[in-house]
Amino acid sequence: MIELSQVSKVFNPGRHNAFTALHGIDLSIKTGGVTVFKGPSGSGKTTLLSVIGCMARPTTGRIFLDGTEITGLPERFATLTRRQTFGFIFQNYNLIRGLTVLENTMIPAYPTGRNYQEIRQRALELLEKLKIESKVPMKVEHLSGGEQQRTAIARALINDPAVVIADEPTAHLDTELSMELLEIVNDLKNEGKTILVASHDPLIFESTAVDRVVSLRDGKMIDQETPR
Amino acid sequence: MRRSSIYLGFSLSCLVALGFLCFIYPHLSAEQYDRVLAEQKRVVRDLQLTDLCLFSEARYTRNLSQADWHAPFQDNPMAFDTFPSGSLVRPTVLLADDTP
Amino acid sequence: MKWLDRQRCLMDFTLSCVWRRKGKNLGFLLVYTLIIFVVCSVIFFSNALRRQADAVLHDAPEMIVQKMMAGRQELMPLAHQEDIASIRGVRSVEPRVWGYYFHPATQTNYTLIGRKDFRHGDDAVEVGQGVLRTWGAVQEDKLYFRMVDGKALDLKIAATFSAATDLVSADLIMMSQATFRRLTGMPDQFATDFSVRVRNPQECTTIAEKITGIVPGARPILREEIVRTYSALFNWRSGYMIVILSAAILAFCISAWDKATGLSAEEKAEIGILKGVGWGTSDILGMKFWEGMTVSLAAFFAGVIGAYIHVFFFSAPFFEHALKGWSILYPSFRLRPEVNLFELAVLFFLTVVPYTFITIIPIWRVSVTDPDLVMRQG
Ligand SMILES: Nc1ncnc2c1ncn2[C@@H]1O[C@H](COP(=O)(O)OP(=O)(O)OP(=O)(O)O)[C@@H](O)[C@H]1O
Ligand SMILES: [Mg+2]
Repeated sequence: MIELSQVSKVFNPGRHNAFTALHGIDLSIKTGGVTVFKGPSGSGKTTLLSVIGCMARPTTGRIFLDGTEITGLPERFATLTRRQTFGFIFQNYNLIRGLTVLENTMIPAYPTGRNYQEIRQRALELLEKLKIESKVPMKVEHLSGGEQQRTAIARALINDPAVVIADEPTAHLDTELSMELLEIVNDLKNEGKTILVASHDPLIFESTAVDRVVSLRDGKMIDQETPR
Repeated sequence: MRRSSIYLGFSLSCLVALGFLCFIYPHLSAEQYDRVLAEQKRVVRDLQLTDLCLFSEARYTRNLSQADWHAPFQDNPMAFDTFPSGSLVRPTVLLADDTP
Repeated sequence: MKWLDRQRCLMDFTLSCVWRRKGKNLGFLLVYTLIIFVVCSVIFFSNALRRQADAVLHDAPEMIVQKMMAGRQELMPLAHQEDIASIRGVRSVEPRVWGYYFHPATQTNYTLIGRKDFRHGDDAVEVGQGVLRTWGAVQEDKLYFRMVDGKALDLKIAATFSAATDLVSADLIMMSQATFRRLTGMPDQFATDFSVRVRNPQECTTIAEKITGIVPGARPILREEIVRTYSALFNWRSGYMIVILSAAILAFCISAWDKATGLSAEEKAEIGILKGVGWGTSDILGMKFWEGMTVSLAAFFAGVIGAYIHVFFFSAPFFEHALKGWSILYPSFRLRPEVNLFELAVLFFLTVVPYTFITIIPIWRVSVTDPDLVMRQG
């Protein structure tokens, strides 16, 4: 359960270029299920996701994760929460060039102090599940867009997070690949993960896998569609 | 193979090699060098030599310890007159100590 | 255990990152290794040579007495031998008859020694290995000299000094005193200088003072001073050392500066990604620590081992040229291996430690920024 109460985010506060990207958001998201944030460009989707995912601190307001407050944590604990609870799939995948698919997948697990073989095994399993086990030793810059995305998904799942956050996951994909992505999302949902997606792709927010759509405009929530 | 294993293996073998070179090899080869040293000492004693034959380019570099106050080049350690030996060696302690 | 697993994982990651820019990083490693190699070779070589000189010259004459006149060294009249010998505490006074010979054909300087008890007769010489190497064409084992009066003199090589003694004997040409005087024109009643042995080495200074009182223009040189001259040999203050050391330090600073300031946009973006996927500031600093450490440790090991092999197994061929200078003749010798651990430790702390810090510091600034920027990269 993720709860946001009166969360707002101001960039460059107190300066002439101060900009309020989120205005007092009140929201609660149940554990499990797919939530999509939609809205026009600049409406604050990415900002909201990064605030939820402990990437950025809200300027005001509080965020609770399963009842514990995660706002105002010291950097070290924010990092720990981010690492243990959230898995991120970035808009541009943000894989590290020059490293192999396997290495990229394992990166989030390195600082955890888990045993190397264990991490490696888990990464291989994930990559197999995502059907790119044949690309394991390949450098990521040689992958196709879809393969890069799968690698990014595997990387997001390596620490077995409860919440998966994806920002515009279909931005660089064609319809067919987008459908495949939705299948993967559906599988994750069935495993019991909470999935938060920002997207303005109708293919996503009209999909049957989606449980809830939250619309944003100018940093405000305008309406919430009830679960279908 | 993990990269860190390869690197640690490399470092470890370097460390072992260095340890061997620093602590063991000098002992293994000591006898041979003792022999050489003994022979050199014998020649020095026998011929009453005073210097090593390192720089034979000029009198005052060939016999560093015998150079006199007026031998040029030696009054300044940065002097480049007889390059490079003139700049390699300092004026003899003798000269530095009791210059009149 | 957990800590160890974590460090090894960070190291894996760092090594992968270093490896993907093979060319650049190996080039840098090479420069770094070379600097350590040169500095370390200088340290090994000068120390070993100093130690060798110290050991060998321990058996040099206790005192040499030169005669000076008008600021130049003069021949020593044999008449003074008695005067010095009569000083209390002096055990023996022996005239040394020696000088230099310039061989015009090869432009080489040799040292001539005339001995009273020369075993091989008046038309023979005993020479160092360096003479054999440099003299040029030697026919029928004969060396051709030009005497002081311009006439030619052929002397047969009757014996050679053993190769092991090259460090002290390379340029020696030993002959009988009679031949020496004939060749150089040194009059019979003179010697080059005296070597004096004393009963009690502690009295050397007093005896030296007495000698200066008796022999006008006498200049006594004590063994202690000879040894001290060689302990100061290749002092770090001397010109060449400074040139080498400052060049090395400068090169090191330049490449380190390049590393430190050259944090590319790509590297910054990567640190953002790492933060984004859950690395903390300490993980990123740890990763960079290993980058600095692995690179500089590899350079340190390679440089030091290379220097050891260069100096002790191959007798420092890269320095031979520098030491030789204008001279033709250079002794061949092998230095006794011995490593001063303190100096190695100093070298370690002057290279590995600063380099590691230099790699970490620019990262510090980047790694404390908020990770949300990674959401907007592309
Ligand atoms: N660091 C920043 N400083 C100032 N303004 C910022 C900063 N980051 C984001 N903004 C602004 O906040 C607003 C919301 O940005 P955000 O990235 O959340 O939008 P978005 O809904 O994800 O848009 P898109 O669909 O194009 O990705 C934008 O107007 C943006 O210009
Ligand atoms: Mg966005």
